Amino acid sequence: MILGLRPSWGMRIDDPWYDALATGGPEPGDASYGPPSGPLRPAPAAAQDVYPVVQRSAAFQQLRRRYRRFVLPVSAVFLLWYLGYLFLAVSAPGVLARPVAGVLNVGMAAGLAQFAATFLLAWLYARHARRRRDRLALELRWETQEMTRGAVSADLAGGTAAPVAAGEGGR
Amino acid sequence: MSGSHRMLALLLFGIVVVATLAITRWAGSRRQSSPEEFYAGGRLFTPMENGFAIAGDYMSAAAFLGTAGLIALYGYDGMLYSVGFLVAWLFVLLLVAELVRNCGRFTLADVIAVRMRERPVRIALGCSSVTVSVLYLVAQLVGAGSLVALLLGGHGGAVRTWTVLGVGALMTFSIVCGGMRATTWIQIGKALLLMGGALALCVLVLLRFGGDLGALLSSAAERSGHGKDFLAPGLRYGGAGWYTRLDVLSLGLALMLGTAGLPHILARFCTVPTARAARRSAVWAIGLVGGFYLMTIVLGAGAAALVGTGAVRGADPSGNAAVPLLAAELGGGVDSTGGAALAALVAAVAFATILAVVAGLTLAASAAAARDLYGALTRRERPEGWLREDRWRREDGPRRPRGWEPAVDQGGQGPGRREVTVARVAALVVGAVAVGVSLLAQQLNVAFLVGLAFAVAASANLPVLLYGLFWRRFTSRGAVWSVYGGLTAAVALMVLSPVVSGGPQALFPGRDFAYFPLENPGLVSVPLGFLAGWLGTLLSRRGSADAAAYAEAEVRSLTGAGAV
Repeated sequence: MILGLRPSWGMRIDDPWYDALATGGPEPGDASYGPPSGPLRPAPAAAQDVYPVVQRSAAFQQLRRRYRRFVLPVSAVFLLWYLGYLFLAVSAPGVLARPVAGVLNVGMAAGLAQFAATFLLAWLYARHARRRRDRLALELRWETQEMTRGAVSADLAGGTAAPVAAGEGGR
Repeated sequence: MSGSHRMLALLLFGIVVVATLAITRWAGSRRQSSPEEFYAGGRLFTPMENGFAIAGDYMSAAAFLGTAGLIALYGYDGMLYSVGFLVAWLFVLLLVAELVRNCGRFTLADVIAVRMRERPVRIALGCSSVTVSVLYLVAQLVGAGSLVALLLGGHGGAVRTWTVLGVGALMTFSIVCGGMRATTWIQIGKALLLMGGALALCVLVLLRFGGDLGALLSSAAERSGHGKDFLAPGLRYGGAGWYTRLDVLSLGLALMLGTAGLPHILARFCTVPTARAARRSAVWAIGLVGGFYLMTIVLGAGAAALVGTGAVRGADPSGNAAVPLLAAELGGGVDSTGGAALAALVAAVAFATILAVVAGLTLAASAAAARDLYGALTRRERPEGWLREDRWRREDGPRRPRGWEPAVDQGGQGPGRREVTVARVAALVVGAVAVGVSLLAQQLNVAFLVGLAFAVAASANLPVLLYGLFWRRFTSRGAVWSVYGGLTAAVALMVLSPVVSGGPQALFPGRDFAYFPLENPGLVSVPLGFLAGWLGTLLSRRGSADAAAYAEAEVRSLTGAGAV
């Protein structure tokens, strides 16, 4: 849909965890597993060109922007924070030894804050991914797989010309 | 430990072994002849199961006994690394878990090979993955020998030798018969035991202090003999020179970045069906690992408060005896039945922990050896553009160049079955090599090997993973340079470090070729790995970065299109 293509599946896409199971192809026990023995469908001439088309689409650019804007700054800041904490602990122990309340000193608080920050950021990341990326990623996945099957290869040009409005795909 | 108490511990060890064999037998009765089953356990584990398995894979006996011991000995300074072991998981969650699930099949090289010339990249990553896993494996096996000797109360060479042999043989057997499915359930069981054991001890410690953490900490400070200094940094690294300070940073950097490049951790994300499940398993793992390391702080402080730092150091200079002694104290004293039973339980938990970690490492090493090294060395170079095409052909028919087999599972027939056979042989070889090296090294101080394994993972595996997933212009040459550059830098600097020569504690105390001042190479070798990848890319021929291949890698990694 978001690339301007008609989806040819009839599934709910509310829960990628269950639905995506169905996208993984036949299970190892199925008769259809492995190369099909039926009549061969011609491979689309432009099969490798599907990915660049998807990559250039506005929907994908948005997905990538959302992902990178969250993880790159958070990772960089967190790495520096931990290394800074270690450095402070070994080179300026006096600073961390200052009491805060009772037996709690600055060092203890800083260490526990790292734990808390890890839990918090993990939760925030999961929430961000769930709200802002999952739906978009799943729709793009379907469309990409449809396109690579060649079912809708004629519509490729239309696909890039009708990008999704910013901010709508992930809700 | 007296005779009957030792019998109790041995009995519990026996139960753990029998449970392991039962899991192996159950898992082995499922169809194991496809790579999908053998390497990834069928890919249908739930996020919670996988989260427990990841925690079981990651938390070694050293984390359980060693970290708590360091806290009991050095107070705050012992805690520095437990923070590092947890925060590393944020990188795994944010940067690799989902992308690896989307792009990967079984090994690290599968993730990168999507957009590269497959053969050289596969061989390079196969080398570094096997190196990381075997280094870590040797550290675990030697550690297992000394731990079991310590837990059974003897320091005899025979106990160590038989432990190394027994653990190595048992886990290799388990991998060969049960593959990833057996490994996963062993790890889940171990994680439950470990979390349960740690939680029970924590509750008992806190009950002693009426649930008052402040009272626990002040009592620990008092009985440690250091007073308030126990709760502040400086007992271990205080007043040290610049080299020691840089060393702490170096190991911290290696822990933090290395975790995201550990092959046995990455392989775990391929056992769930979707990227979303991979993310949720990483979140589970963060909760479990974080909770566990918080509990080690209570256990370490409890050991200092109830047993006393002096007694802990007297039993074992590296602090590994802290938790067993604490358990004995909580059960009513070393000589009481309750105390002996609790100590024996702790020993059994530590033993299960060793088994699970050894299983994960052996499987990862054999996957890298069979799939990346053997596979790439025995097959011809992939025809130009073939890997990208074979996925279309998979759906449209098996037209393929002669001699090139699709990487697709053929339902237990043909190449899939052969690949599993190769992997089983590889597991036998890896197990034999690791046991052999461990037997040779068991009198040596191999504690540095864990740090080295993390440093190699951070300098050889992580740069190529991050460049491969995030950098459009990255080339095959850059990938190969990055892996070999980081690997050589880490190993060479380690050989030239004071750990190997030049001091009374060194591996070869009589020689002195310690030209590199730090004990962990991470601070230098991680930047070198990144630099080598950048240089190799810069010096590649113009246009050798395949834009279409990167488009494929990027689209697949973020959307999951074409994921298996």
